[in-house]
Amino acid sequence: MTDHATLHDRIQFENVSKFYGEVLGVNKVTLSIPPGVTTLVGPNGSGKTTLMNLMTGLVQASSGTISVLGLSPGNATEFFRAVGYCTQFDSFPRGLSGWQFVFDSLMLHGMDKMDAFRLTVEALDRVQLGDSAGWPIASYSKGMRQKIRLAQSIAHHPRVLILDEPLNGLDPMARAESLALFEELGRQGMHLIISSHILDEVDRISDRVVLITGGYLIAEGNIHQVRQEVRDKPMQVLIRCDHPELLASRMFSINHCVEARLHADGQGVFLRTGDIDQFYSMLNGIAAEGVIKINAVAPADDDANAIYQYLIGSDGSAS
Amino acid sequence: MADTVGSFSRSFAQQPWALWRRQAGRLTLIEVRRNLFSWKASWIYFLAFVPTLLIFIHGLVDRHFVEGISDDTNVLAGIVQFYYVRLGIFFGCLGIFSRLIRGEMIERSLHFYLLSPVRREILLLSKFAAGSISAVLLFETAMVANIALMYGPFGAAGRDYVFHGAGLAQSEAYLVIVPLACLGYGAVFLLLSMMFKNPTPAAMLVLGWEAINPVLPSVLQKISVASYLRHLMPVSIPGEGIFALLTVETEPVSGWAAALGLLLLIAVVLTYSCYRMRRLEIRYTTE
Repeated sequence: MTDHATLHDRIQFENVSKFYGEVLGVNKVTLSIPPGVTTLVGPNGSGKTTLMNLMTGLVQASSGTISVLGLSPGNATEFFRAVGYCTQFDSFPRGLSGWQFVFDSLMLHGMDKMDAFRLTVEALDRVQLGDSAGWPIASYSKGMRQKIRLAQSIAHHPRVLILDEPLNGLDPMARAESLALFEELGRQGMHLIISSHILDEVDRISDRVVLITGGYLIAEGNIHQVRQEVRDKPMQVLIRCDHPELLASRMFSINHCVEARLHADGQGVFLRTGDIDQFYSMLNGIAAEGVIKINAVAPADDDANAIYQYLIGSDGSAS
Repeated sequence: MADTVGSFSRSFAQQPWALWRRQAGRLTLIEVRRNLFSWKASWIYFLAFVPTLLIFIHGLVDRHFVEGISDDTNVLAGIVQFYYVRLGIFFGCLGIFSRLIRGEMIERSLHFYLLSPVRREILLLSKFAAGSISAVLLFETAMVANIALMYGPFGAAGRDYVFHGAGLAQSEAYLVIVPLACLGYGAVFLLLSMMFKNPTPAAMLVLGWEAINPVLPSVLQKISVASYLRHLMPVSIPGEGIFALLTVETEPVSGWAAALGLLLLIAVVLTYSCYRMRRLEIRYTTE
């Protein structure tokens, strides 16, 4: 019963490989993605888009099995009622206005004109494109084209939304609006699979990350858990306190700290340690002494960006 | 055996036919709109109506006597056999049908259809239907105009020939041949466009194949659109030289058998196209 429930609540990859001729797309990927916001992280050509295309049947696995909420893309009628995919292909069927593009795609769901009309208005409002909906898509800016693709992919209220570089081409205001929308959809229990190279922004709304490079899965899970598992990389912690220099010297004397850097406002210190468990234990001891008043302790580098740098590196070769 | 048939019948009845019909209707409407109302289609209008223009000029310039009806009947038969079937509909369908799938891949917009809740078979057949409607609408309209303009200048004699004489059966035959040609070439070019990135060289091979088909063994003649249509032609044109190759009828076949044979060929080609459609992958970077 549990397995059955899990299968119908998750996106599952079981030992999935995809080869384009002799070129590796992804290799032996096994994943189980629960509801929430999941970020695919990896350099260009790492296999992020291939994973998304495999999920939606745009490409077919060379081996292994994929199911999305227990559905297969082969059963298009049910599958694409549950799934929306905003691809990164910046092209559209010729001669359509933004309105026609969303309305036509809803009509293909078999709904009547009234429902399609209502959902089109709702989707265009959600991406704040209502005013220019009647314009030809050919006259849209890159940001508007990105928005109309997003509107089309969410218009039918999918349970799974797959977004390939959804922030590309958006100005800062539109990026913030899109992120707020993604966050809201994630809170509503939807599966959101996002690939983006704007990690700082996506990181704020992600529940978990999937790191991939060269077609191989490097790590997956909750961002903090993944960071904890990277034991061989020192972790950085920001401690806000009244005597940061004193704290730094104490920590250096009794712990394997490898780096200390004062915060710009002089009210805190960034400490980098190779053994986070021992570090926190020592810190508790210092706090208990009462000499240094510690106001706040927060990990400074367990975000998707830091994990990306540790595991993959800026040139994709760290691992 | 009875159980198998019963189970198949139940499964058949349980399919969402109403939904598929609505989806197919919508897809067809979208595609027909794009096929007929775009500047890119203007050369297909030209292919369909250039004989119409010539016949119109002929009607204006030349004097028409009753004795001339049989000559004009042969001219019209020649236009259908040598121009429409061999060139006009052939290249018109190449333009319309190769754009339905391959054109969308080149324009990188096919994925929107593949990501909609429409079975790929329904998608393919709807696109085929849209292409067929567009081609038939254009070429059938041109054919009706050709008949009207060819016999109209003969006045009452022309009207009598078309509505009460031999012209009636000929016109009916042409109005059957044109849609069959559109469907036949359409199915072939739709498949070729899924098999080749550039279907034009393959289409040229088909053109050559259609031309030499009459001299091929009987079994190979069955893999040809024009060979079936040849049996439906109401007027025999005494072809000379190379043209004799295009009009020779090697093996007498009834009109019904020829029409059914062509429809069967279309069904086989579409079935294989559906199979390819199910396996189709979106890899625009290789286009």
